[in-house]
Amino acid sequence: MSESAPLLTMRGIVKSFPGVKALRGVDFTLGAGEVVALMGENGAGKSTLMKVLGGAHQADEGLIAIDGRATPFHSPQDSRHAGVAVIYQEFNLVPGLTATENIFLGQEETRAGFIAQAPERARATALFQRLGVEIDLDLPCRRLTTAQQQLVEIAKALAFDARIIVMDEPSAALTSHEVERLFVIIRELKRQGIGVIYVSHRLDEIFAITDRVVVLRDGINVGERPTNQITRNEMIEMMVGRELKDEFPTRTSAVGPPRLEVSHLTRGRAVQDVSFTVHRGEILALTGLVGAGRTETVRLIFGADRRESGEIRLDGKLLAINSPRDAIQAGLGLLTEDRKLQGLVLGHSVRENFGLPNLERLSRRGFVQLTQEREELAGYIAQLKIKVSDQEQRAGNLSGGNQQKVVLAKWLARNSEVLIFDEPTRGIDVGAKFEIYLLMNALVAAGKSIVMISSELPEVLGMADRILVMHEGRVTGEIADARQATQEQVMSLAHA
Amino acid sequence: MKITRLLTDYGMLIVLGLLCAFFSVTTYSDQSPKGAAAAQEVAAAIGQQFGRTPRVLIAVSDQPDDAAFAAGIASALGANGAHIVATAKGGPKEARDALVKIAATGGKIDAIACTQAAGAWLVFADLKADFPSLGDPHVITPPSYRWPNFLKSENLLNIANQIAVIAIVAIGITMVIITGGIDLSVGSLLALSAVLATRFIRDYAGGMEASIGGMLLACIAAIIACGLVGAFSGAMITRFTIPPFIVTLAMMLVGSGLAYTLAKGEAIYQIPDSFVWLGRGADAFSLPNAVVLMLVLYALAHVLMSRTKLGRYLYAVGGNSESARLSGVPVKRVLMFAYIASGLLAGLGGVIMASQLKSGSATYGNMYELFVIAAVVVGGTSLSGGEGKMLGTLTGAFTIAVIQNGMNLTNVESYTQKVVLGLVILGAVLLDKIRQTR
Repeated sequence: MSESAPLLTMRGIVKSFPGVKALRGVDFTLGAGEVVALMGENGAGKSTLMKVLGGAHQADEGLIAIDGRATPFHSPQDSRHAGVAVIYQEFNLVPGLTATENIFLGQEETRAGFIAQAPERARATALFQRLGVEIDLDLPCRRLTTAQQQLVEIAKALAFDARIIVMDEPSAALTSHEVERLFVIIRELKRQGIGVIYVSHRLDEIFAITDRVVVLRDGINVGERPTNQITRNEMIEMMVGRELKDEFPTRTSAVGPPRLEVSHLTRGRAVQDVSFTVHRGEILALTGLVGAGRTETVRLIFGADRRESGEIRLDGKLLAINSPRDAIQAGLGLLTEDRKLQGLVLGHSVRENFGLPNLERLSRRGFVQLTQEREELAGYIAQLKIKVSDQEQRAGNLSGGNQQKVVLAKWLARNSEVLIFDEPTRGIDVGAKFEIYLLMNALVAAGKSIVMISSELPEVLGMADRILVMHEGRVTGEIADARQATQEQVMSLAHA
Repeated sequence: MKITRLLTDYGMLIVLGLLCAFFSVTTYSDQSPKGAAAAQEVAAAIGQQFGRTPRVLIAVSDQPDDAAFAAGIASALGANGAHIVATAKGGPKEARDALVKIAATGGKIDAIACTQAAGAWLVFADLKADFPSLGDPHVITPPSYRWPNFLKSENLLNIANQIAVIAIVAIGITMVIITGGIDLSVGSLLALSAVLATRFIRDYAGGMEASIGGMLLACIAAIIACGLVGAFSGAMITRFTIPPFIVTLAMMLVGSGLAYTLAKGEAIYQIPDSFVWLGRGADAFSLPNAVVLMLVLYALAHVLMSRTKLGRYLYAVGGNSESARLSGVPVKRVLMFAYIASGLLAGLGGVIMASQLKSGSATYGNMYELFVIAAVVVGGTSLSGGEGKMLGTLTGAFTIAVIQNGMNLTNVESYTQKVVLGLVILGAVLLDKIRQTR
């Protein structure tokens, strides 16, 4: 084809999941030797687009071309064949195998059916030399550092002559020194004519290494600019860009005395010295980027993970929380981010899920009072408008919104004093979202306290009384009056 | 909708019913009544044919059933006013001796009452020619009828009694598997319990002269020992998060080794006769005691699993242990309970087996863990946890027992039986998978 055809062209990519249209016709191009930043808020569609490119998802509509030639991307094999390598945040290495074994996994060099160890080793050494680094080829990958594992992934991509390398949050787990080394390698790849798609939330890195910025929002392109012709603020505006519509019910807040006081909570690098207070009748939003340590923080409060240090007080009384059971008995409730993996037992009925945290109360001498359980659940089904065929329906067969309502019912029945909502409206349609907002308002009006983790800025601004922003395990800012805050203000705190 | 629900909930029960029907048809054959029931029929026939005062010779073999027959007929005819000339017990020779003796004293006989087997003796074949002086005696035997061997009450009780041990052990394993675990140690614990119980009786409770209280204590001690092994497995699994497969595999070896060491490689049989009460006795409605115990335990386990908080927790831990933990379920305690229960029930199984066989040996329970797991799986419990029913396991255990019993009755070789059993287990799980994907 023509000489000028870009290395990669994606045109009009559409991808829907049940209930959500993740990509609504995205265009994307990448030239040889170019580093392009793919940016956007959480849920803007970056990961989905990269999964389409990696063959992990198939686009419903749209076209992908390599060197101007339309190429099928139906499976990870197709993608690999087309010269695309995706390095996910969670590396794709077999921990027990050495770097060499991982690099050639699935494409082993053989002589008469036996693996040709010496030639493979020589090739691996050559690959690392090309990257200008040295890796111990005899160690199993789990004993390499994160940065070294990333290099193995890059070498693996080069081993099958990848011409397009996608790096998803490559710096998330690296020290600043390691990030510098990574940049050196990216520049080397660039020099060798490889196109790099750099997905990151860190604006500094975007400015340091990329040539061009592509911004997605709500599954569609909202802007594209050479990196040297854009400012930091312009970039944030492009990502946020949405006006605050009337999608949140109004509420007059009546914040009371302190309720839950958390001080100096620490666990490893994920949560470092986090302190905050939630008041009676208050919604406190905990926001920040994915991986900022928000979920990790509330898991420590709830006793789901063991904290290294820190104190938790409820109404001034020190709580000894060592397990979720302790937390629940103290009056806390946690609506987890991942309903399917943590919030519900999907194979069990709605009734059994509802009863689970409430069995202490619902049983007499160890026997579950089925009638009482059914009656209470029937009340919540009516109150929360949960759409179920009957109480015995499997929780796994409900829609996301209804699943979330079942989880809600479970904790409402428990009558917890402090409720922690982790991404309460993720994957839920607009109507159900509004109902959940109404319910949250009703709860605080009744004197309960809510800690809400949310990555959706409009939700944070529309629902919270107060905002706490986290970045890399630390609280980096507090906005005392959420109603006066702007998305830009929050975003710049989150990007710290 | 209702029918599909019925099929999914009770599918295995239907399969079990079909199996029973199949073996009923294939074992349908001539039956000769035995014992007291046969005596009633013969007595009635004699009364009808020969009026109020017939002269009767009773001829029976020396089997226990025949003794009951002879006693029954003597009392029934005696009540009618018949004259029992003589009773010949043993074989054809005794019958001939009795006939010769009667003939020698000039006696006469109207009827010879005997069982079907005795009626076929050659000595009765030509009475007129051999003993003309006796008159015209008729040989009266109980009428035969046709009925499946499989459905005879002795056979059905036999099936129940044979499966009792496996079914009781399967209760514990069902709980463990519902929590998403596995317990491979039950076969070894069964042997350990049998050896411990019999050794305690022999060495500490007075051996052959042991009192009931002593035996009871010995058995309880053995069962508790197995419960402690279960607690150890549970602690390893919950405290150190070692996979249950590995922990219980290790305990399987440990338990078996201990059993052999404690038994010194022999069977321990120095125990009182009364020890067999649990395994062989039948006190209520002629149901074997072990079967009664099994039914009671299943009723309790069913209530536990379906009605109590603990039961709900067992399912929740297996269905999604993280979700259960975040809902405040004491996951570790629930797991401990399952493994302790499994150990205790394996111990109880060992005691019952020792009682059935009136001895304790380290060879008991070999491969039982696999039969027990097979019963659980055939009963519809998912090995991935969170699903399953106690009564399903009971159905599964009976399905396996019925297949084995039916094949024994139809003279299928034991090697072939293994092949069939293996395929049946696979088939049952396949059936379950097919219905799940629908």
